[in-house]
Amino acid sequence: MSLRQPPIEHSTKQTDFGGWEMPVEFDSIRTEHTAVREAVGKFDVSHMGEITVSGPDATRLLQRLTTNDVADLEPGEGQYAAITDESGIMLDDTVVYRLPEAESETFLFIPNAGHDEEITEWATSHRDQWGFEATVTNRTEEYAMIAVQGPDSPDVLGENTDVDLSELSRFEITDGTVAGAQALVARTGYTGEQGFELLCPWSAGQEVWTALECQPCGLGARDTLRLEMGFLLSGQDFDPEENPRNPYEAGIGFTVKLDTEFLGRDALEGVDVEGPEEKLIGLVMRERGVPRAGYAVETPSGEQIGEVTSGTMSPTLGDPIALAYLPAEYAGEDRTVRIVVRGEPKKARTTTTPFLS
Amino acid sequence: MSFTVPDDCRYLDSHEWARQQNGTVRIGITDFAQDELGDVVFVELPREGDELEQGAEFGVIESIKAVSDLYAPVSGTVTATNETLIDDPELVNDDPFGDGWMLEVDLDDESELDELLSPEEYREQIE
Repeated sequence: MSLRQPPIEHSTKQTDFGGWEMPVEFDSIRTEHTAVREAVGKFDVSHMGEITVSGPDATRLLQRLTTNDVADLEPGEGQYAAITDESGIMLDDTVVYRLPEAESETFLFIPNAGHDEEITEWATSHRDQWGFEATVTNRTEEYAMIAVQGPDSPDVLGENTDVDLSELSRFEITDGTVAGAQALVARTGYTGEQGFELLCPWSAGQEVWTALECQPCGLGARDTLRLEMGFLLSGQDFDPEENPRNPYEAGIGFTVKLDTEFLGRDALEGVDVEGPEEKLIGLVMRERGVPRAGYAVETPSGEQIGEVTSGTMSPTLGDPIALAYLPAEYAGEDRTVRIVVRGEPKKARTTTTPFLS
Repeated sequence: MSFTVPDDCRYLDSHEWARQQNGTVRIGITDFAQDELGDVVFVELPREGDELEQGAEFGVIESIKAVSDLYAPVSGTVTATNETLIDDPELVNDDPFGDGWMLEVDLDDESELDELLSPEEYREQIE
């Protein structure tokens, strides 16, 4: 199967990510990471999915498909949510937007790279099963998506848009033009810095990308930036096949609104009452080395209690950091564990996320 | 993209170099290798007095995005390690054939150098 190509050409190292050929790094992960923490960087994230839902039952359909309270969204607002199955297992995580005024009866949500087709199928089959009147459309290859992130992102984007960015609050979305192209502009991101995500027509992607004059960043820096914040990576920190987890285990219980009706609600109510047996817990390694996905986590006496799902050397902290599902009693600060790095147990301690204070 | 391949080194196909100088052989990784790895954060090296065997693992290099074994281009006894890499591993990125060197080795058999790739052969490999 050939890889899907983003609308923007990048003359740098590429990798297969969720079936897309995407840039890994432009200069170096550290350079790009630092640019976003201290100034501003841009990311081509056109591999992210876009699915619209419209029609009389659009709100009801999305309410049932996601854990958060879709009915609570005003026009031009978005919310983070999990998409769960009947047993409360996360299929994906997503941001659901209610589009601004002109199209305020339409919702747009963003599944992760490579999930757009299966989530579209999931939504349409449940719509049919429930007899809802709603149109579900996979628009992934209609939208280029570009993230502009960092403390200086309002300056760089501001020079290229007619949107009053100072009026756009976190998780709000509005429409306007960017570099002359029609675009949706949302104040969202995956880096922990202030920033924006732009959705513009596929054919305008290249022009918008070029107009935004700042450090280009690849998936490498996107990963180190999100991991310093403890943000989840779908397919890695949870996966319905490889590592089935519910939102409470994954640390995003705040997206679960049990007073709404959604797939998996009853199962999750049980987890909420009992408390999850395992939780995704932040670890900082105290010895030299880099923790990586799949490395075992042990007690000080050598009993395995979990596995690293994501790990890296934090460019900002200069410390090796990791996420791992461990027995819930390890949640909190300063429990001592060991991470087995190529056969050698190395000391680590638990910490709360985000890793950056 | 073009990578530095100095003429005074010989190369292993796993991207280590060996350079004979002042009666010793220095070992490191190539410009191509450091670029593939990206930001180096940690290098694990043998100690002085340890024995290397040509083609066998002698250490580990970690970058932010990847981990890779290091292979010995020649057999011999380690006479020095580059201790500045402990605090400044990024020297491997900045100057892979200079300040980013890793080991000095007392060679067992000089003919082993002839078994390595010439600069021309290595250039062809990474093209």
